[in-house]
Amino acid sequence: MAKITYVEHDGTEHVLDVKPGLTVMEGAVKNNVPGIDADCGGACACATCHVYVDEAWRDKTGTASAMEESMLDFAENVEPNSRLSCQIKVTDALDGLVVRMPESQH
Amino acid sequence: MSKPRVVIVGAGHAGGSAAAFLRQYGFEGPIYLVGEEPLLPYQRPPLSKAWLKGEADADSLALKPDSWYAEADVALRLGGVAVEINRGARAVTLASGESLSYDFLILATGARPRMLPIEGADLAGVLALRTAADAETLKGALGPGRRLAIIGGGYVGLEAAASARALGAEVVVIERETRVLARVACPELSQFFQRYHGEHGVTFELNAGVEAFTGTDGKVAGVKLADGRTLPCDAVLVGVGAHPNDELAQDCGLDCAGGVVVDLEARTSDPYIFAIGDVAHRPLPLYDRQFRLESVPNALEQAKQAASAIVGRAGPTPEVPWFWSDQYDLKLQIAGLPFDADRILVRGDPATASFAVFHLKGDLVQAVEAVNAPPEFMAGKMLISRRTPVSIDKLADTTISMKEVAA
Repeated sequence: MAKITYVEHDGTEHVLDVKPGLTVMEGAVKNNVPGIDADCGGACACATCHVYVDEAWRDKTGTASAMEESMLDFAENVEPNSRLSCQIKVTDALDGLVVRMPESQH
Repeated sequence: MSKPRVVIVGAGHAGGSAAAFLRQYGFEGPIYLVGEEPLLPYQRPPLSKAWLKGEADADSLALKPDSWYAEADVALRLGGVAVEINRGARAVTLASGESLSYDFLILATGARPRMLPIEGADLAGVLALRTAADAETLKGALGPGRRLAIIGGGYVGLEAAASARALGAEVVVIERETRVLARVACPELSQFFQRYHGEHGVTFELNAGVEAFTGTDGKVAGVKLADGRTLPCDAVLVGVGAHPNDELAQDCGLDCAGGVVVDLEARTSDPYIFAIGDVAHRPLPLYDRQFRLESVPNALEQAKQAASAIVGRAGPTPEVPWFWSDQYDLKLQIAGLPFDADRILVRGDPATASFAVFHLKGDLVQAVEAVNAPPEFMAGKMLISRRTPVSIDKLADTTISMKEVAA
């Protein structure tokens, strides 16, 4: 299990144990964390699971694919540490990961 | 005063999500979730794709893990069939005889596959694809050397065709119209998808009427066409659209028009009853009309509308309807609906398998169909929601980025 902290836009924290193999998005959706809608269920088709990866974790979460990049290009309030959480696979190496959510996904 | 009680009839993506949003929004009263299938709410889109190919399992399909329902205090009535709504008494009767009273009722009864009323339709091996059980049956009928006949060249049919090819089955798609995706996409897109499927070994019978299914020992063995030929097969998938399950609503006198008529709060003609998802005939403010949509984003948007109205918070911002489909290595993303469009503009080259078709009404974007072209989809969606004119010259020029076009 990897402990992942999801921080809502208003600062509310959700600390969850997420099973390796799931994505960061799935960890949030399966636990009903508000602020990650994930309309397309992980098909990289909608950009409604946008998160900001905590600086300390940016190397470990890898880089966005070209497809993800172009989706993020048009999401709102994108920052250099923006990712689609459906594209980050949880591994033991991500134990302790912190992600923050934008104000809105749409 | 006791806390209000919500009963949700239908435990698909819409019903399951409504329960989750109610809790997310702080609703504290009892929630009952009634579903006909014996399963907890799950995602249907992967059934024709990852699940059919064995790349997804029941756990990954589930909207929430089993434990969530107990933690969230959502009372389940799986395998439960609602048979009557008594609006005066505000109660729903189940086939088991149980009566569930409600302060608010959410109908999320979905749609069922339309089947063909022809000879042989009841033979074993004539399948539909709507539920996990359907997908399991279909999966069992596929494999190297097996022959699958698909009736209907819509999205479900084509997605299943792509998955069946990946599993080594021979596939023929039989379509009544002169092109695939005739009801839902423009000719340019139809042509592209037909060619792509052809290159992957799918054969097509277009403009073809189906007269009967033939069988041996109660099992389907062929599809008899109107021109007299019989195409041999081991299984048939019928994918010719769906019919809204609005009978419960009709029986209790709610306004229905090919689906339960609702407003932008997903409220029906009875203020205590909401209808969401595939069964709802909903307003589309961007297009100034009512329509029934079958999509996950629609189910989620309406689940949010109903849950918001029940807890008394502002509803979500109305969204541009959108859809997606995965076939082979193609990602198709569609935003908007081509209502009132007077012309089509193709951006990019279909031969490169990365292009987009814009549907325009004057210089307004009404809809976009994007194949392996996320910027066109995302920017197109933005342009549709804004209702501001777009420069057609820029839109047609692929050397100008979509960022600049949408700026």
